Order: sequence, then structure tokens, then C-alpha cells
Amino acid sequence: MQIDLRTVSIQPLRQTFDHLARRFGDKPASRYQEGSYDLQAAENLHYRPTWDPEQELYDTSISKIVMQDWYALKDPRQFYYSTYTLTRARQQENAEANFAFVESRGLVELIPAEVRQAALDLLVPLRHAAWGANLNNTFICGYGYSVIFTQPCIYHAMDNLGSAQYLSRIGLLLGGTEALEAGKTAWMEGEAWQELRRYVEDTLVLRDPFESFVAQNVALDGLLYPLVYARIVDEHFSANGGSSVTMLTQFMNDWFEETRKWIDAVMKVAAAESDANREQLQAWTIAWRDRAVVALLPIVRQVFGAQAEEIVSEQLDAFNARLDKTGVVI
Amino acid sequence: MSTVFIALQANEETRPIIEAIEIDNPEAVVNREPAMVKIDAPGHLVINRETIEEQLGRSFDMQELNINLITLSGNVCEDEDSLTLTWRT
Repeated sequence: MQIDLRTVSIQPLRQTFDHLARRFGDKPASRYQEGSYDLQAAENLHYRPTWDPEQELYDTSISKIVMQDWYALKDPRQFYYSTYTLTRARQQENAEANFAFVESRGLVELIPAEVRQAALDLLVPLRHAAWGANLNNTFICGYGYSVIFTQPCIYHAMDNLGSAQYLSRIGLLLGGTEALEAGKTAWMEGEAWQELRRYVEDTLVLRDPFESFVAQNVALDGLLYPLVYARIVDEHFSANGGSSVTMLTQFMNDWFEETRKWIDAVMKVAAAESDANREQLQAWTIAWRDRAVVALLPIVRQVFGAQAEEIVSEQLDAFNARLDKTGVVI
Repeated sequence: MSTVFIALQANEETRPIIEAIEIDNPEAVVNREPAMVKIDAPGHLVINRETIEEQLGRSFDMQELNINLITLSGNVCEDEDSLTLTWRT
């Protein structure tokens, strides 16, 4: 008896969901597309929220930014739950290993006392700023429109919480629980921190999710992360015998480089949409950037003294160049 | 002109690679077979790392291509940034 093996090709009736086929054509969709596009509830919302009858439950007019299609604000990292958690889990393992390395080899003892004190004074109060960033990004996620834009915001919020926890652990490692209390006192009362605290508290009461995005993710973090983690920790502390501190803040540097791609992409698409959008983004960016410079200067001065202005202005040039590339020319 | 081709397994990992090939090679013909995608192109086919990275959303090592590669035909010219299939005369 002879058996002929024959391949039968069965065409699936559907390659993907209808709403994805309408956007991308009838071909297999990626998990990112399935988990992000057109998921925002948009129809059959009969009632206005009792807590603010002026607006719809999910209202695009909360923001001054107008988008024809809010789903254009794509995340170039294509993070959805699975890829996001896998990426962060890997980074968490890495960070744990760094902490374990520093602890087990007693590297903290080798850091010169003045660098250790400078690291405590600089890093520990920043955990309160990171918590502010967490609240702001949660707000953007809550009031922003379209999953493609709000989804990365809640990831961003969780990342900020992660950063705050790493900063707390650095405080505990270098100075014990007293260091955290001293950090809180510095944040609440220290002369150098009041401008930054005012900045963070003022962003907490913003009601336009896109302005929150610009104030927190573009302006403040865009200056704070390169100044604090790249210039001060990686360059200044390392050069003065504190290189083990840089192992502990590695996540913040990596994270800034990664998230910057997403933030730039959002700015680029929103600015390219219309002149009105671009002008609005410019106005917000300039206003919040100038306040961020004022807020960060006393903190940089703690470390660099008279050189601080020069270092901040160098960073400002880099920031402006970065924004120019997104089309928000300032 | 002779045809070059590359065949990849059809799965979630190769989807962005196939999209990148479609973007970089407008003349390529994508044949979706059961569990396999075979891409034919007249004379020349290029796969660029940068295009794959844009589709994929992360950095990509060209050697990752080999994990899902079934077969290919043509003279291979490969470096860190691209893989080109041609017929040298």
C-alpha cells in the first residue's frame, strides 16, 4: 500500500481582529498591536461623570493638544504587558546583582567619607521627586486618551516607583534609616531642595495630561537624569573614588536612555500633527524647562559649587538640541 | 534575472523581520506557506538591521536571524548591519 503525504494549506478565515485589519490591512498582527490599538472605550458612554459634569468620561478636550487620531502616538519600544515586564525583570535581576556585589564585598566602606555624604545628600531626597513623577504619570494614564499613549505612561509611573525604591535602598546601604529621615528633612526644609519641591508640587495640580507629560517627562526628567546620574554620579563621583555608587544607579541611566526614545517619539508625532500643537508644546516646554533649570541649579551647586551654572547650561544646550530633533524647536 | 529567496519560520519572532524585508524590497514577493514564509526577489534581496529594529522596537543582532532561518538561496554578503542575497556573475 502506498500512502501519499500531501500538504493542505488552510487559510484562516481571519488573520486578526477587524479593528486591526481596518488599520493595518488583513495580515497577522503583532501582540503589541492587539494589546494597544483601539482599546479605549469610545462609544455608548451615556452619562457624564458625577465628579465633573463639564467633561465626558473619556474626553479628548481635557488636553489642549488636538490629535486627529490619538493612536498615532506609537511607542517605538512597542511595550505591552509581557515585553514590559520581561524587560524590567531582566533589569531588576541586574540591579539586584549590583547591590549584592557592592554589599558582599564591602565596597561601601571604600567610598571616601565626603563622596558618601555627597551621594546621600544628592540621591536620597530625589526619591520624593521620583514619587511625584509616579503620581504625574498615573494621572496622565488616567486622564489621557488612547491606550497607545496611556499604556506606556502607567509603565513609566511604575518605573518611577522603582527608581524611588532603588534610591531608598542606596540611602539605607550608605547611611541606614537615619539617611532616609535626613533625606525627608532635606526635601521638606533644606534650602537647596525647595525650588524642586515647588516644581514637583506645582506639576501635581496640572489638569492637562499633555502638559503634565511635558512638565514631568520632557522638561524635568530630561534635565534631571542626565545632570544627576550622568554628570554627577557617573563622572564626578566615579572620579573621586565613588564608582560603586554608579553601580547602584545603573538602572536610572539605562532607563533614561530607553524611555527617551518613547518621549521623543510622542513629542515628534504630536508636534507634526498641526502648527497649533507645535506652538502649544513649545510654550509648555519653554516654560517648564526654565523652571526646571531654576529648580536643579541649587542641587547641582551642592556638588559643583561655582561650576554649577556652566554644567547646567551645557546640559541645557544638549536638551535644546534633543528637542530640536523632535520638531519642537525652542 | 534569477531569483534569490529566503525562507523563515512563520512565528511571532519573524513577523517584524518579514515586515522589514517588505519595506526594504518593494519587488519581493512574500509567499505565506503553512508554518513557513518564503520571500522571493528578482536578483537582489537586502535585510537591514535598522529596519528590523524599527519594526521590532528593540536592538537586534543579525545573527538572531539564524534561529528562525529555514533556507536561503543566492550569494550571501553579511555584516553586522545587513544581509544581502544576490547572484554574482
